[in-house]
Amino acid sequence: MARITMREAISQALWEEMESNPKVFILGEEVGVWGGTYAVTRGFYDHFGGDRVRDTPIAESAIIGAAIGSALTGLRPVAELMTINFAFAAMDHIVNEAAKLHYMFGGQMVLPLVIRTVGGGGRQLGATHSQTPDAIFAHFPGLKVVAPGTPADAKGLLKAAIRCDDPVLFIEHATLYQTRGEVPDGDYVIPIGKSKVQREGSDITIVTYSKMLELSLKAADQLAQAGIEAEVVDLRTLRPLDMEPVIASFKKTNHAVVVEEGWRSFGVGSEIAARIYEEAFDYVDAPIKRVAQDEVPLPYNRTLEQMALPQVEDIIAAVKEVLHV
Amino acid sequence: MDKNEHIKLYEEMVVIRRLEERSAELYQQGKIGGFLHLYIGQEAVSTGLIAARHPDDRVITAYRDHGVAINVGIPAKAVMAELLGKATGTSKGKGGSMHLADVSKNFFGGHAIVGSHLPLATGLALGDQYQKNSRVTICMFGDGATNIGFFHEALNMSKVWSLPNLWVVENNHYGMGTSIERASAVPEMTQKAVAYGMPSAQVDGMDLMAVYEQAKKMLETIRGGGGPMFLEVMTYRFRGHSMGDPERYRKSEEVHKWQENDPIGIYRRFLLAKGLASEEELNAQDTQAIETIEEAVQFAESSPEPGPEELYANIYVDDHCGE
Repeated sequence: MARITMREAISQALWEEMESNPKVFILGEEVGVWGGTYAVTRGFYDHFGGDRVRDTPIAESAIIGAAIGSALTGLRPVAELMTINFAFAAMDHIVNEAAKLHYMFGGQMVLPLVIRTVGGGGRQLGATHSQTPDAIFAHFPGLKVVAPGTPADAKGLLKAAIRCDDPVLFIEHATLYQTRGEVPDGDYVIPIGKSKVQREGSDITIVTYSKMLELSLKAADQLAQAGIEAEVVDLRTLRPLDMEPVIASFKKTNHAVVVEEGWRSFGVGSEIAARIYEEAFDYVDAPIKRVAQDEVPLPYNRTLEQMALPQVEDIIAAVKEVLHV
Repeated sequence: MDKNEHIKLYEEMVVIRRLEERSAELYQQGKIGGFLHLYIGQEAVSTGLIAARHPDDRVITAYRDHGVAINVGIPAKAVMAELLGKATGTSKGKGGSMHLADVSKNFFGGHAIVGSHLPLATGLALGDQYQKNSRVTICMFGDGATNIGFFHEALNMSKVWSLPNLWVVENNHYGMGTSIERASAVPEMTQKAVAYGMPSAQVDGMDLMAVYEQAKKMLETIRGGGGPMFLEVMTYRFRGHSMGDPERYRKSEEVHKWQENDPIGIYRRFLLAKGLASEEELNAQDTQAIETIEEAVQFAESSPEPGPEELYANIYVDDHCGE
């Protein structure tokens, strides 16, 4: 066990899987000579060589298409999309090819494929470079969507994703790379599709994931000082969605707030709230609140950007509103 | 090619023709759903190309895929069963006309989004280059696909990495109902290969032997490490883009003119002129093809529907990755 950053944890998972399986290779923009725009693959090119750490042209469709095609030959590509905002340029290959092939051809095509990408706002990158469109990708059956919130989960889930025979979209958060946490050494694998209680509490359930886990835990600490014990459930995987820990927690607390960084409408919060109403309506003591991004294209100006993004105070306010305190 | 191989190619073309004619009838009877794109008129293209490949070479194509399916050796029964949506179809009835495939025969589909499979072909070739084998990936697409970005991204990447790809454009002169002059900045598809530094050739797609010989030559060059190449095959579809095409965009005289160059007729005359087959032998193939397709239709019609358990089967390979 070592206390390392999210960046180091992801890098470690990639390195170990590359070392143990020659069929694993990386492709993407600036992953090689540059060392990755977020420095996740720094040192990989020199160690593994250009065939296994493959710099690509700026051509997102071809990157994902090539990853799919090579996966069909039995390789285990890890394709990197520099940011999730660029995934829209590869949308057809993610949605119409990767998510469909196994089913549409009656099970004969197998795609052990990982798409690593980075989302999230808060760095003054303007409207096109700051999005959190995770819910869009979670909409498609056939795709698995993973978005870890801690370094340990990032390592364990990425290893599971690389070993998985299905296409996995692995969404990292740009402002979590420096976050530190205890990460087990060596072969540490966490199953895809398992939500986890990250903090126990009895008064209210906060359901969240990725960067918003960090904010939700901070909010829970502050709420504890006011005598409110929040249980924080981290989804970790958006598809397939594991509602069991969420429902179990809700049956205990009878109150919930869902926190996501993406826009409110048609979002993760909408889905979680609907599922709780469907599966645990008899346990509902108060309307479920959603904390999410304001419905605007994220502005460049720092003050305006932070106004639009969910803050710890927003979570605390939502919890108090649901609990009527 | 020996005499038997020649006759087999004739048989394949006739089987494709009969399959397509029968499919059109079944579509009109409501037994085939969705979209149906017939390969009638273009049979020599896939037949010549696939005959030129090594069995390990990979093939990927667009939605006009029935011909390729027959050429790679999928039984007509399995093709017909897929068209009827039956459990015995190539994709267990879940793919339909546009999504035929048989991975065991290195045929990777059957892709219905125009141009979308080209980057996949880049990836298939990348996989083979990475694994240092001698396979080539043949990627077929229509002239319409050369106008979408996928084409350009795929060809560029293919050349940058010197991948073993044979890019084959089936130029049938129309992307749906829009003629090349109305959709493409350049009239000849080979001009687009020039932009990517790719050696190219143009060949008469109504002449099976011309397609076969050109493809054979290019496949061997690519296999020898020559990098990707581009083949433009001039062809024509005798039927509409899909069933229900009113064909307002072309005159019947134009269609009739092309029909005079029927690829099956051309190949038949070639075989007779070269003494590679007799009238009797070819007539026997014609009769056999009708029987093959009738058997396929009977097989498909009497095959079971996929069970309800199929609805949720094959969404994922593994529902518990990492456990």
